[in-house]
Amino acid sequence: MAIITYRDALNQALREEMQRDARVFLMGEEVGVYQGAYKVSKGLLQEFGEMRVVDTPITELGFAGVGVGAAMVGLRPIIEFMTWNFALLALDQVVNAAAKLLYMSGGQFNIPMVFRGPNGAALQLGAQHSQAWESWLAHIPGLKVVAPGTPYDAKGLLKAAIRDDNPVCVLEGEMLYNNKGEVPDGEYIVPLGVADLKRKGEHATIVTWGKQVLVAMAAADQMAKDGITIDVVDLRSIRPLDERAIIDSVKKTNRCIVLEEGWYFAGVGAQITDLVQRECFDDLDSPVLRVTQADAPMPYAKGLEKAAKADLPKTIAAVRRALYLD
Amino acid sequence: MAKRTSPAKSPPKPAASAPAPDAERTLHLSLLRSMLLQRRFEERCAEAYAIGRIGGFCHLYIGQEAVSTGTLSHLRPDDYMITTYRDHGQALARGLTPRSVMAELFGRVDGCAGGKGGSMHMFDKATGFLGGHGIVGGHLPIATGVGFAIKYRGGDQVICCFFGEAAVNNGAFHESLNMAALWKLPVIFIIENNRYGMGTSVERASAINDIYQRAGSYDMHRGVVDGQDVLAVRAAIDEAVTRARTEQSPTLLEMRTYRFMGHSMSDAVSGTYRSKAELDEYLKRDPIALLRAHMEERGTLTAQVMQELDTELKAIVQDAWDFAEASPEPPLEALMEHVYVDTTSDTISTAGGWS
Repeated sequence: MAIITYRDALNQALREEMQRDARVFLMGEEVGVYQGAYKVSKGLLQEFGEMRVVDTPITELGFAGVGVGAAMVGLRPIIEFMTWNFALLALDQVVNAAAKLLYMSGGQFNIPMVFRGPNGAALQLGAQHSQAWESWLAHIPGLKVVAPGTPYDAKGLLKAAIRDDNPVCVLEGEMLYNNKGEVPDGEYIVPLGVADLKRKGEHATIVTWGKQVLVAMAAADQMAKDGITIDVVDLRSIRPLDERAIIDSVKKTNRCIVLEEGWYFAGVGAQITDLVQRECFDDLDSPVLRVTQADAPMPYAKGLEKAAKADLPKTIAAVRRALYLD
Repeated sequence: MAKRTSPAKSPPKPAASAPAPDAERTLHLSLLRSMLLQRRFEERCAEAYAIGRIGGFCHLYIGQEAVSTGTLSHLRPDDYMITTYRDHGQALARGLTPRSVMAELFGRVDGCAGGKGGSMHMFDKATGFLGGHGIVGGHLPIATGVGFAIKYRGGDQVICCFFGEAAVNNGAFHESLNMAALWKLPVIFIIENNRYGMGTSVERASAINDIYQRAGSYDMHRGVVDGQDVLAVRAAIDEAVTRARTEQSPTLLEMRTYRFMGHSMSDAVSGTYRSKAELDEYLKRDPIALLRAHMEERGTLTAQVMQELDTELKAIVQDAWDFAEASPEPPLEALMEHVYVDTTSDTISTAGGWS
């Protein structure tokens, strides 16, 4: 087991899959000569050349569509968005093309491609650079959506995404790239649609994914000091959703808190709440609670930004409320 | 230096190697046949729409057949094409069977997309028909990606990408032309300038009227073509295809054409945004009548042959109608099929693939 960063874990996944399959290529802004805006693609241009590590103009709609076209005729593109915020310009290709071509063509054209890049807020980047898009993307039949929270999951999920024959959106975290964690030396895959119970507990379940896994783990650590133990269900994949993992945990703890980075209204947490009330109605000892970003664009000012985010104090407060401790 | 392909206007220049008389007659007859099939087919589509056999949006191609036939008759079977929602004629010109196109229009299981696509979304993998696409401009980046894949694999195929003149005002057009020129991709962008984006004329939508000149911004080869003259279309496509195959360079061709029907079935043929007088003027340049006159002038077509051809094609279209009507509707299980595939690169394909 090596201890490596989330960034290097993604880099290993890209390198290994490009070595394995000549149809796989990486395309996006600054992925080549610049070595990646966040250095995720470091060294790949040197190893694979400019036909397989392709720097693009700033033309998100255009190069997302180039990926779709290449996938239609048998290549396996990885399209990097410098951030998912910029992918809004490309959503016609993601939603109207990548997600629907298999269906509209009656099964003739599957689109084996990956859209990836950092998602969600970093620090004081303001409203246009601080957005979490998973509920938008997961809303679309035809797309798969994953959000790894650890280096191990980042590598394993990205490899699975590249090998999948459907379009997969990989939501990384700008604040996660420097985080370190254990990654096995040999080949492994984290299958899409399989959650991971990151922490075992008895008193409440926190369902979360991506960067918020770290917040949930911190909450579990802190509350354990008071004798409160928490199941942390890391979904890893938002679509397909591992419903069984959520249901099993909530049936055990009888309390559910959904922690997500994005906005409250029509967030992924609303979907999970729907599942839990349907499948665990008789098991619940308290209402399902949701911890989300404030329902406002992300402000710049430090204090306001902190107040907007779904952070540790809010998560602990929600767990305590679910346990009727406050 | 500005790149301009020589405008191939009517009458067309003789091709570098002019076909022998018999070969010429065979070629012209096949072009006539292709255009007339589209015409007769779509006349029946209008009828089918009126009685509810075809639903949703339905955009007819009548009047523009020289563009599809002139272009697609020149492609190899392993080339690709992609187009807009006005796609029935192009599907037929590319070689999809009238049966599979009509069944798709009727929403039946034997349609070229199993009844899931409909009028706007014809697909056929076997002939490299990469779809009818419903968002104006949305398929231009996809075409560019197919061009990228051809270059990636080191092939000499081309992709022809059809779109209306209204799409040139859309960002996807500019992003695609820029990348295709920057990376030298074998993409032939074909503007079907039928003068109206729905009801808005090109003069009311574009700051320049010679819209093929927009390729100048991307240092791309370009030309303007009489889109009613199937031979002129072929000559222009010949040049562009050669350039794409040998130099992997893209081309933008503006085919000036006209739709004889409304934008869609709900749109009057004339009277709101275009006059009856204008329509009548363009009807004089019916692409089928032009080729027919050209052949008669050269003594390669008689009224009897024309009549026989027409009778045969009407029977083929009737057969397509009967076939579509007899084809079952998709079973309800089809609703949730093809949302995802459950395969990975490990299960359906061999790793590696190209050296």
